[in-house]
Amino acid sequence: MRVVVENVEKTFVDSKKNEVLALEDINFSIEKEEFVVLVGPSGCGKSTLLNIVGGLLSPTKGQVYFESSNDKDPTLGIVFQEIALFPWRSVFENVTFGLEERGVSKKERAEKGKHYIEMVGLTGFEAAYPKQLSGGMKQRAGIARALAVEPDLLLMDEPFSALDAQTRTIMQEELLTIWNRTRLSTLYVTHNIQEAVYLADRVIVLSRHPGHIKKIIPIELPKIGRDQEKYRSQFERYSNEIWELIRHDAEEALKEA
Amino acid sequence: METTTRKVIKNRVAFLEQKVPGYVSVLGITGILLLWELVCRLNIVPPLFLPAPTAIVTDGWELISSGELLKNLIASLYRIFGGYAIGAIFGITVGLILGFSKWADAIFTPIVYSIYPIPKIALLPLIILWFGIGEMPKIAIIALGVFFPVLINTFSGVKNVDPSLIKAAVTFGASHVSVIRKVILPGALPTIFAGLKLAAGTALLLLVSAEMIAAEYGIGAMVLHYGNLMITTKLMAGVLILSLLGLTFNRGLQWLERKLIPWK
Ligand SMILES: Nc1ncnc2c1ncn2[C@@H]1O[C@H](COP(=O)(O)OP(=O)(O)OP(=O)(O)O)[C@@H](O)[C@H]1O
Ligand SMILES: [Mg+2]
Repeated sequence: MRVVVENVEKTFVDSKKNEVLALEDINFSIEKEEFVVLVGPSGCGKSTLLNIVGGLLSPTKGQVYFESSNDKDPTLGIVFQEIALFPWRSVFENVTFGLEERGVSKKERAEKGKHYIEMVGLTGFEAAYPKQLSGGMKQRAGIARALAVEPDLLLMDEPFSALDAQTRTIMQEELLTIWNRTRLSTLYVTHNIQEAVYLADRVIVLSRHPGHIKKIIPIELPKIGRDQEKYRSQFERYSNEIWELIRHDAEEALKEA
Repeated sequence: METTTRKVIKNRVAFLEQKVPGYVSVLGITGILLLWELVCRLNIVPPLFLPAPTAIVTDGWELISSGELLKNLIASLYRIFGGYAIGAIFGITVGLILGFSKWADAIFTPIVYSIYPIPKIALLPLIILWFGIGEMPKIAIIALGVFFPVLINTFSGVKNVDPSLIKAAVTFGASHVSVIRKVILPGALPTIFAGLKLAAGTALLLLVSAEMIAAEYGIGAMVLHYGNLMITTKLMAGVLILSLLGLTFNRGLQWLERKLIPWK
């Protein structure tokens, strides 16, 4: 399965009836088993683009389509910036929500639920309500919920931005381990350059006013163990390249805010 | 060596989580009752104006043993629960419809908001004209009084469900029916309950008012009856029953809320 984003443009009409061009001329694809990361300064349209790909927002122009050999509807898994766990459902019920909606049998739900809860390290918290979890645990439950439907495309919008630095580093490692096991095509949004270089097969650098693709950078490093000493200089070269691309924009964004 | 002073930091918000033993509230009520009794025994106020608690209990017992209280209470319970149930069911249903349909919202919300502020008791004469003088007008007026706060709370509960939860449900494959049943309803439930609790007070108020204006039986009618006869002990017994009724009502709703909203 391949996902194609073709000539996507998005205009918002703000409260004063002004038209705001949020995205312009967006073209890229996500190949099978590819991990694509979107980076860009705040307000460049990352979430907007992710929502369009996720079918939660219609583009003003252009389209997003899945290319596949069979005819079934693609399954999506999304990890939201706001986490969005259902407060009235236990961890288990949250994780198996998508399966429930797909009419998966109770027995299979129990098995898959257990499997993915274990994968994100939440075993023992199946019956807990989201309120009883820490920030990192909530986000892991959110990831398990997205993985449990075994999606054709996994979408993640800054899933770790609310976490502290240590937890984030651990979660990034865990995400890579999980990804290595599941090999899901993934579109991942972040404003953290290191995170982008650490996770991505390809980094798409977005720029502002209007949001457009500045450059697409393939990261030619082995997927696992990029934090090793021997890749340090390459890692930094990629980071610097991306930083140079968005620096000006980021400074502008700060002035406006 | 230099002398050091030690300042232990104390929790300055400790007063927020002070533990109070349970018997304190009992003590409070007992204290008030004793004081009340004392004031009456010392003849500081004439018993006609403020009968002593013991006198109320004695005369109240008479009401119970003669079966008079039960007859009145049953009439009242029938009205308040009938009216409350009808008002709550319609309020929740219409609130959900207004919350879901932009069309219904646009058409009916202005109407709702223009009827809402009318003190419902003012409509009683009109309702009596419509329904005659049986049980119907009393039940109808209570239902009407319950309907509006429940409707408005349900409506705002539905409107304020976190949109990211709806998005989450939809992306994980939920149908429209599923979204309503598994996301919007539970999401709106706490607000709906706030409306139900608010309405319980309104229902009691309307019950008593309606019974005072137009009823043969009922706690409200009984209180008015003994007021006219200047038998204040029995009047106060009726008031006491109303207070207990309100209390039980609220407790019942709280219990239901804890059952239905365990995640809070
Ligand atoms: N519903 C909306 N109505 C009007 N303008 C919007 C709306 N949603 C987003 N925008 C505008 O579109 C632009 C892109 O927003 P978006 O949320 O996609 O940014 P982002 O890159 O995700 O930012 P961040 O990193 O802060 O999350 C912003 O300028 C924003 O003001
Ligand atoms: Mg965003």
